[in-house]
Amino acid sequence: MTDTLINDKNLIDGRTGKWEVVLGLEVHAQVTSKSKLFSGAATDFGAEPNTQVSLVDAGFPGMLPVINEVCVEQAVKTGLGLKAQINLVSVFDRKNYFYADLPNGYQISQFLQPIVGKGTIVLDLAEGEHREVGITRLHLEQDAGKSLHDQHPSKTYVDLNRAGVALMEIVSEPDMRSSEEAAAYLKKLRSILRYLGTCDGNMDEGSMRCDVNVSVRKVGDPLGTRCEIKNVNSIRYVAAAIEHEARRQIEVIEEGGSIRQETRLWDPGKGMTRAMRSKEQAHDYRYFPDPDLLPLKLDAAWVESLKAGLPELPDAKRARFVKDLGLSDYDAGVLVSEKESADFYELAAKGHDPKLTANWLTSELFGRLNAVGKSITESPVSAKALGELVGLIEDNTISGRIAKDVFTEMFETGKSAAAIVDEKGLRQVLDTGAIDVEIDKIMAANADKVAEYRGGKDKLFGFFVGQVMRAMGGKANPAMLNDRLKAKLAG
Amino acid sequence: MSLDSKTVANIATLARIRVPEADLPGLAQELNGIMTWIEQLNEVDTKGVQPMSGVLARDMPRRPDVVNDGGDPLKVLANAPEPAHGFFTVPKVVE
Amino acid sequence: MNDLTHLTIADALDGLAARKFSARELTDAHIQKMGAAKGLNAYITETPDLARAKADASDKRRASGGAIGALDGIPLGIKDLFCTEGVLTTAGSHILDGFKPTYESTVTSKLFDAGAVMLGKLNLDEFAMGSSNKTSYYGNVINPWKRKGDNTDLVPGGSSGGSSAAVAARIAMGATGTDTGGSIRQPAALTGTVGIKPTYGRCSRWGIVAFASSLDQAGPIARSVEDCAIMLGVMAGHDPKDSTSVEMAVPDFRKGLTGDIRGLRVGIPREYRVDGMSQEISDLWAKGAEWLKAQGAIIKEISLPHTKYALPTYYIIAPAEASSNLARYDGVRFGLRVPGNSLDEMYELTRAAGFGKEVKRRILIGTYVLSAGYYDAYYLQAQKIRALILKDFTNAFQDVDVILTPSTPSAAFGFHENEDDPVQMYLQDVFTVTVNLAGLPGISVPAGLDSKGLPLGLQMIGRAFDEETLLRSAQALERAANFTALPAGV
Repeated sequence: MTDTLINDKNLIDGRTGKWEVVLGLEVHAQVTSKSKLFSGAATDFGAEPNTQVSLVDAGFPGMLPVINEVCVEQAVKTGLGLKAQINLVSVFDRKNYFYADLPNGYQISQFLQPIVGKGTIVLDLAEGEHREVGITRLHLEQDAGKSLHDQHPSKTYVDLNRAGVALMEIVSEPDMRSSEEAAAYLKKLRSILRYLGTCDGNMDEGSMRCDVNVSVRKVGDPLGTRCEIKNVNSIRYVAAAIEHEARRQIEVIEEGGSIRQETRLWDPGKGMTRAMRSKEQAHDYRYFPDPDLLPLKLDAAWVESLKAGLPELPDAKRARFVKDLGLSDYDAGVLVSEKESADFYELAAKGHDPKLTANWLTSELFGRLNAVGKSITESPVSAKALGELVGLIEDNTISGRIAKDVFTEMFETGKSAAAIVDEKGLRQVLDTGAIDVEIDKIMAANADKVAEYRGGKDKLFGFFVGQVMRAMGGKANPAMLNDRLKAKLAG
Repeated sequence: MSLDSKTVANIATLARIRVPEADLPGLAQELNGIMTWIEQLNEVDTKGVQPMSGVLARDMPRRPDVVNDGGDPLKVLANAPEPAHGFFTVPKVVE
Repeated sequence: MNDLTHLTIADALDGLAARKFSARELTDAHIQKMGAAKGLNAYITETPDLARAKADASDKRRASGGAIGALDGIPLGIKDLFCTEGVLTTAGSHILDGFKPTYESTVTSKLFDAGAVMLGKLNLDEFAMGSSNKTSYYGNVINPWKRKGDNTDLVPGGSSGGSSAAVAARIAMGATGTDTGGSIRQPAALTGTVGIKPTYGRCSRWGIVAFASSLDQAGPIARSVEDCAIMLGVMAGHDPKDSTSVEMAVPDFRKGLTGDIRGLRVGIPREYRVDGMSQEISDLWAKGAEWLKAQGAIIKEISLPHTKYALPTYYIIAPAEASSNLARYDGVRFGLRVPGNSLDEMYELTRAAGFGKEVKRRILIGTYVLSAGYYDAYYLQAQKIRALILKDFTNAFQDVDVILTPSTPSAAFGFHENEDDPVQMYLQDVFTVTVNLAGLPGISVPAGLDSKGLPLGLQMIGRAFDEETLLRSAQALERAANFTALPAGV
C-alpha cells in the first residue's frame, strides 16, 4: 500500500536526494458531555481553578469511578461515523505514571481492548482529489489537569478542572505524506465530529488537540525513526510543525546523524520543535485492567439503533448534493465541509433551485462573510432570507442583477429581500408593452445606429440592451428585453 | 530470574520511592526471596485459561450524564499541603 | 451483668429497647474501659466527645419515640481505613499525616444512619498490609490474650488488628474491618472473636482507603455470629458510587439464623491439610466437622486442587493493584509532603518517608510484576490461576453448601516471631486468601483454645451472595463450640 501513497509533489528535496515524510496523527477529542467520564463534576471551559473538581477527579482516598453513559454513547457514535468496528466488549486500563496534574498517579484509559477498532476517513484534497486514511483505533480516556508553570518563580500551579474530562483518542495509521494531507485529515475529522455532535472541535479551547508522529525516509526505504510532536493546537501549526520537523530530521540524517525516538514540543513562538525534558525518562506505563471498573459490554441492538440514528455525514451529504441536487463536486465539498454551512444551505435551498441557491451561497454570501470576518452562524442574512431572495429571482420578480443590489442591502441592513424590492420599487418589468414602448423610444432616438445594425453591425445589439435597461432603471426582464429587441431590430 | 540492585533501583524510580544506594543489595535479596517463592506459579498449566481481572461477571453500571459533583474548591483544597490562589502547588516543572 | 461492655450487640439492643440502660451509659462504659486499655494501642484516634453526643442523640430518639435504627446507640470502633468526615483518617500510615476527609465512607454512613456510635478509629497494619499489626506507623496493637503463664505480648492478627483487639477487650461492641487476604478472619481467629468477609460486591468500597481493589471487602468483627449478622445487614447494600457494588437486595441476615442445618452439605477440602499443620489445628478442624454432623449436616470431602497456588497468586495481584492504588499518595493534594528541589524529588522523598517498610516492599513487587517484559509472566499468569481457583470453588459448590477449614495455621504469636522472612509471615493467610481471590464470603468463628490457652478459629466459606446459609452454618458451629473464654483481665 505504501507505494501508492508516493506522490512526487509531496517529496522534499534534501542535499542527498528526495525524502518522503511519513505522518500519523493522534487526536485527543474532548467528548461533548455535561459531566466528566467518571465523575459528576462539570466540564465547562474557562471556570475558576478547581471549581469543577470532584474528589474522584482529585484522587482522594477511597474515591471510585463510575462511567458516564453519554460518553460511551458518544464514543460509539464517533466510531460509527468513522465507519469503524465497534467492539462490544472493551476494557478500561490504568496507565501508570507520576505527574503533578495526574492526581491518581494513573490515567484511566483503554489499552488492549479499545471501544472502537479499525475505521477509515476520506481526505478532501486540492483539485477535487479524495484519499482514504486508515483509523487504527479510538479509545476513551480521562484528560489530565492543567499545570501552570508561569505563575510563580519556583512553583508550578495545578488546576484539576480538566482532570477526568472524557477524551476520545483517535489514532490514524501512518498513511499521510504531507502537511497538506495532515491538515486535510484534521479538518475532515473535526467536521465529522461536529456533524455527530460528539466533540465541538474547538482547538483554541483545547477540546481538540493533536500529537503528530513524524518520520522521514528515502523513497523505497523502510520507515524511519519517528518523533512525536505533542500538543499542536491549531491546524495551521500542525502544518508548520510538520514542515519544520521533517526538515530538521532530514538535516540531522544528511549530516550523518540519526534520529532519536523522542517526544518533542512545538514552540509556536519560535516556529520550531524541541525535545521535552519531562519526557526524557523511559516510559513504562504498567498498563493493567482497572480493578475499580468492569468490562464495558455493549448491546449489539443498541449499537444498531445508534447507527440508524446517525445524522448524514459530510461524505454522504456531498454525494447526495452532487447526485440528487446536481451540484458540482467542488461546490458540494465547500458546502458540506462545515456542518453549519451544509445546514444553512439545506434550509436556504428548501423549495428553491438547488444550484442557484448554492451559487448564491458560495459566491456571494461566503465572500461577504469572509470579507467581514464572520462565520456562517453569525451571518446577517439568514438561510430563510437567502432562500426568499432566490425565490424572487426564480419567479422573475427581480433579475439576477438587481438581486445583487438587493443582497448587498440585505447583508448591510438585515432587511428581507421582498421588503427591499417593494421599498425601492425594484420589481422586474414583465409587461412586453412597456418594454416595447421603451425600445421604440430608443430606436427612434438612435436611427443611425439602427441602420448600422441592420447593415450587419451585430455588435450594436449590446448597445441597445444597455440603453433600454438604463432607461428602465435595470428592471426590465433581461430575457424578454432580448426577445423584443431582437424582433424589433429585425424590422 | 534474579532481581539485582540495578533492577530494584529502576523499579524504585518508577514507583517514586527514594531508596538509599546502600539499601539496594539488601532490598534486592529480600525481593528475590519473595519472587523465588512466587516462581512456583510457573508450574501451573494455564493454556487456554481466560485471565480474570475481577470476580464480577456482569456489565459495568453506567451513570446518567448529570452534573452533581464538584463546585466546592475549598473542599478539594482543604487537605492540600501548600495551596495558593485556588491552586495546588508543586516544585516548578520544566517541560 | 453489671458491666455493660460484656453484652453482645443483640443483648444491648434489647436492653436499650427495654430502657434497662441508656445509650449514654453504654457508651460511657466503653469510654471508661478504653482509658484503662490504652496499653493495647487499639485506637489511633479516640472520639469520646463525638461518641457521647451521638449516644445522647440516640437516647433522645428513643425518648421521643422517633425512628430507631438497627444499631441505635451501639458503640462501635471503626477501622482507620474508613474515611470519616472531619475525623483524622490515617490508614496506619505516616503519609496520611493530618488527613481529615471531607466525606464519609458509604459503610460508615450506613452504620451512623442506623444510629451506631463511633468510639474512635482503630489501629491497623499500614494500608491494611500485614497479618500482625506490626506495620502501623502508630505502633503495634497488643492482643489482650496471653499464653498461659507467659506475659509475652502477642499480635492481634492483621490487618484489622485494632478491630479484633478492641472487640476482644470489650472496648468496642463491634468493629468494622476490611479483608483483602484474610484481614478480618485471621485477626478474629487470633482474638476469639467472630469476623465475616462478605461476598465481593456486597459492601460498598466507596470511601475506604483502597489496598487491592479487586479483593478488598468491608465486614464486621463482633463477639457473636448474630452480632455480625446485625452489623453486616446494616453495612451491606448497593451503592451507585461503586461500580463493583452489586445491585441486589440485602436479606435479613439475623432472621436467617434459624439454627437449622439439617441436610446442610459441608465440604472438607483435602488440600487444606497442609504440610506441617499442627495436631491441635487438625483436631479442632475434625471436631468442627463432628459438631456440624451432630446437628444434622452431611460432611463430604472435597478437592480444591489449586489451593497451594493461591498465596503466591495473591502476592502478585494484591501488590500490583496496590502499587497503582497507592500512587495517589504523592504529597500534592493531602497528607505528608517532604519538600524537594524538583517534582520528582518531592515525590521520592515524600513516599520514602511516608511509607513503611512492608508497604514499600509491596509497592516495589507490584511495580515489578507489572513492568514491561514481566507482565505476562507474572500478572497475566496470576490472573489465569485466579480463574482456576474460582473454578475449583464453583465445582466444589456443585456438591456442597458450605466449606469448613481452619482459619489460621497457628494461634497468636509474639511480635518477634516470624520476623526475618516475609514469606513466613505471608503464610498466615494461607487458609483465608483463596476466598478473596474467588470473591466468596468467609467467616471465622472461635472454636476453642490451644494448649497454651490461646483462641483458635474455624473458617466457613459460602457461595457467592449466600451469606445467609454461611451465617446460619457458622452459628451452628458457634453454638457447639460454646466458646466462653475471656482474655485475662477483661
